[in-house]
Amino acid sequence: MNFKSTIGLEVHFELKTKSKIFSPSPVTYGADPNTATNVIDWGYPGVLPMVNKDVYRLGIMVALATHAHILPQTHFDRKNYFYPDNPKAYQITQFFQPLARDGYVEVEVHGKKKRIGIHEMHIEEDAGKNTHGTNGFSYVDLNRQGVPLLEVVSEPDMSDPDEAYAYLEKLRKIVQFTGASDVKMEEGSMRVDTNISIRPAGQEKLGTKVEMKNLNSFEHVRQSLAYEEKRQQQVLLSGGRVQMSTRRFDENTGKTYLERVKEGASDYRYFPEPDIPPYKIKQSWVDEIAKTLPESPMDRRKRYIDEYGLKPVDADVLLQTKESSDFFDSTVKAGGDPVLAANWLNTQVNGYLNDHRLELADVKLTPEHLAAMIKLIKDGTISSKIAKKVFAETIANGTDPKQYVEAKGMVQLSDVSVLGPMVTKVVDDNPQSVEDFKNGKDRAIGYLVGQIMKQTRGKANPKLVNKLLNEELNKR
Amino acid sequence: MDYLTENIDSLNQKLAAGTVSADELLQASLDQIDAHKNLNAWITVDKDAKPDADLDFKASKLAGVPIAIKDNIVTKGLRTTAASHILDNFVPVYDATVIKRLHKAQATIFGKTNMDEFAMGSSNENSYFGLVRNPWNLDHVPGGSSGGSAAAIASGDVVAALGSDTGGSIRQPAAFNGIFGIKPTYGRVSRWGLIAFGSSLDQIGVLTKRVRDAAEVLNVIAGPDDHDATVSERPVPDFTAALGKDVKGLRVAVPKEYMSDAVDADVRAAVQKQIDALQAAGAIINEVTLPYTKYVVPTYYLIASSEASSNLQRYDGIRYGFRAKDTKNLMDVYLKSRSEGFGEEVKRRIMLGSFALSAGYYDAYFMQASRVRTLICRDFDNIFKDNDVIVGPTTTTPAFKIGEEIQDPVKMYNNDILTISANLAGLPAASVPAGLSDDGLPVGFQIMGQRFDEAHVFQTADFIECSNKFYQQKPAGLED
Amino acid sequence: MKLTREDIAHIATLSRLSFDDKELDKFTKQMGEIIDMANQLQAVDTEGVPATTQVVDRDTVFREDQPEKWQTRSEMMQNVPDSSNGFIKVPVIIDKDDND
Ligand SMILES: [Mg+2]
Ligand SMILES: [Zn+2]
Repeated sequence: MNFKSTIGLEVHFELKTKSKIFSPSPVTYGADPNTATNVIDWGYPGVLPMVNKDVYRLGIMVALATHAHILPQTHFDRKNYFYPDNPKAYQITQFFQPLARDGYVEVEVHGKKKRIGIHEMHIEEDAGKNTHGTNGFSYVDLNRQGVPLLEVVSEPDMSDPDEAYAYLEKLRKIVQFTGASDVKMEEGSMRVDTNISIRPAGQEKLGTKVEMKNLNSFEHVRQSLAYEEKRQQQVLLSGGRVQMSTRRFDENTGKTYLERVKEGASDYRYFPEPDIPPYKIKQSWVDEIAKTLPESPMDRRKRYIDEYGLKPVDADVLLQTKESSDFFDSTVKAGGDPVLAANWLNTQVNGYLNDHRLELADVKLTPEHLAAMIKLIKDGTISSKIAKKVFAETIANGTDPKQYVEAKGMVQLSDVSVLGPMVTKVVDDNPQSVEDFKNGKDRAIGYLVGQIMKQTRGKANPKLVNKLLNEELNKR
Repeated sequence: MDYLTENIDSLNQKLAAGTVSADELLQASLDQIDAHKNLNAWITVDKDAKPDADLDFKASKLAGVPIAIKDNIVTKGLRTTAASHILDNFVPVYDATVIKRLHKAQATIFGKTNMDEFAMGSSNENSYFGLVRNPWNLDHVPGGSSGGSAAAIASGDVVAALGSDTGGSIRQPAAFNGIFGIKPTYGRVSRWGLIAFGSSLDQIGVLTKRVRDAAEVLNVIAGPDDHDATVSERPVPDFTAALGKDVKGLRVAVPKEYMSDAVDADVRAAVQKQIDALQAAGAIINEVTLPYTKYVVPTYYLIASSEASSNLQRYDGIRYGFRAKDTKNLMDVYLKSRSEGFGEEVKRRIMLGSFALSAGYYDAYFMQASRVRTLICRDFDNIFKDNDVIVGPTTTTPAFKIGEEIQDPVKMYNNDILTISANLAGLPAASVPAGLSDDGLPVGFQIMGQRFDEAHVFQTADFIECSNKFYQQKPAGLED
Repeated sequence: MKLTREDIAHIATLSRLSFDDKELDKFTKQMGEIIDMANQLQAVDTEGVPATTQVVDRDTVFREDQPEKWQTRSEMMQNVPDSSNGFIKVPVIIDKDDND
């Protein structure tokens, strides 16, 4: 029997704001427990929420970047449930009137292009964190309580784990390029829940859904879905019934394990949040935000290849992060040749960052530095060999390349009136080399270039020296 | 100091002239509270409280005047319990906006008044700290939920008190105690620091003996607040400007549903007298109809309880308040802390609200009530097209006897039929004394205005106060 | 509709309240009466009537994204029944609520 899989994803992004969604407590990562909290975060008696404007702004950016329809009137709702990391015992979210609906992202899987629909996206508050001790107690830290989240709910449009993987990669990249979130799974600024059901080919009715929460990486998403496909098939083939349940993926065994069975739908007793008035999103504000929306990774790729003549592979390396793509764009804007800039970024800069385990933001190299260095290479002021020295200095200490080259006297010697007499003299002084040259020995010219370089302490323009030597030797 | 014959202006003049000091005023309040211990109007009194150091009697009429605070308004460093076991050890770490504003006006804040637990009740019999007695007759209830604030004013402990009104909790006790009480428009006063009951209905207001005093306190506490997104940004007028104005030409609506047989005859008679006085002074009296009146009680109880069930989930024994002993696991903490910490009426409302919001019932109960709420609002909008105020009795009966209704929730809920519409529609509404019933218990006259039109409410109340001079009467239960 | 004792027990669990048998009987009866009263609303024709869940005169009220420090941890800890090393301490969580 053949089976068809139906996969849906819910992705939570932490929106990158300085303060929380409903309280002005600072958003921190890794602070001491309960130090970034106030009476609102603790759900103290008498407190009221006040919405952070930037949460809406960033949410609208993501909605625009995923072609979603922004609802003209949105409203917050309460989702009621008891848990120690949920201080009010309700989460303020958007259930009835979310921020946006009906978006999509385009993916390419197995050589085929496919549109994955986004059902809706809504703004909500994050919960605190519980740590479970082994001594019969749990420990609650509310620093994360109230960090703004954007939950992006896909349509159940994915039919295999590779599509789910591709969707996540694309969605992550799109969100990253809006600048709305750090999208770091390891830090929890991007979190993925999946659901999957299977049914025999030809059957209309969807099978029973199984959910998996908080997967640690895209690879785990793929593996857990692949495992579930097989497991559910075996259950059905052996005449069993798939249970509506939540399962946990174990990365060590590569298997999923039953966490809890869901008996019917949960009862969150959703109702409109009475403490927050409705939000009417004016088109003029959306237009304003649209103007500030950074160019999408897809548009950038097209520009890099079509306008700058980059190889697709080089464009893709630059587009791995928004930081490197932005750095590249700024370098080009500062006058750096695009092809050279891409080469330098993808080889020298990346190599340095990898060796030192650093991020682009951690080094002192600026796009202006890189552009200046590329200009020095292009106009023949420095050789690419010298350039490597200059680069090492700039990236380590933030030294301006032009000033450094001048101060260190590294400017390439390209003056024929200086080099010409030197060439004549070196040929005069080395009759054996002239002989060798005539006999077709290529090494001879290399020796003579070396002599000139020695005399000029490496500053002579090697191309020019070569040309002058050839001319001189041919005259003899 | 006899607070029963004083008012904010008279106290301010005496303070400014130096014939009395703020310390003496505070001491007088403490002495009165002591003398009226049997009323049980107060939960927490800070005997070490001090008036502000450099009082400016010119800048603020409230400077050095003791003001009572209902115990569901948080006061930094001063225990705030909402009359519940679940918060009986709770000391807030921040001040409500109204408290900050009273502090700025240099009022003396020194104690918290008794109330129905979490403001749920119409008799003040639902307090963890014991019931409150009516100063007019100690066997009767003072009304609720701001019963402590009302009894404190009627017995002369202070001249002004803050209360809160979700379904009549200021107006009904004001009526039962023969004093003035006003619930402003929803959105006129910040709810930041008011322990939430029904968030779309709750509003802080003022209880005083004299109408002018309430206007003066409201002038201080009203207005926009960065902590409450539901507070209006409209500028706040000087409410005292409405006082003393002629009522000639004032358009007064009297809903026939409010004067039906369901209302006690002597209550109706006392109310009719006030209407006649208005008419004699040139007001235009229009009989009108509010056809949805019979639905307001279920509508209100579904909405208020739904919101309450959610608002009160935070009392879980984890971060503050009462945590039950002998708990083995988290579920135990929740079940025991909440079951031991909440009183019966609070549990009933939580249960009703959880039910009305639960899967399968949400649309038939919470949403249906919310749709009927729209119809109720439209009733009022229609009347206010041709009228400035709507008047009638505040309650269907004078204060009932202690223990008389507490066992019958539905009967108790029906007490609120005349007051809850103003909360559902967000209207400003006040109760001003109309006289005494045959049994010598006060009767309240209710005045409702259009949203943000407290001015006409104050104007009408002030006229009634001047015409019947009820404030000259002293509660019979205070025999000394 | 009539609420059964089991319905009441279910709502009690949702609300994290527990009742003994006697209380459950009493609540079942009282809740039944209250819901009978609430059932009067079913008679009202609300076809096409929008719901009113708020009576506010504002919309779209924002706060600027400015971090502020209000309370210190030790202030926040003053009312905590049990704490340890800056954490709020609670008895172990056996079952995560099915409702999460
Ligand atoms: Mg979700
Ligand atoms: Zn979510």
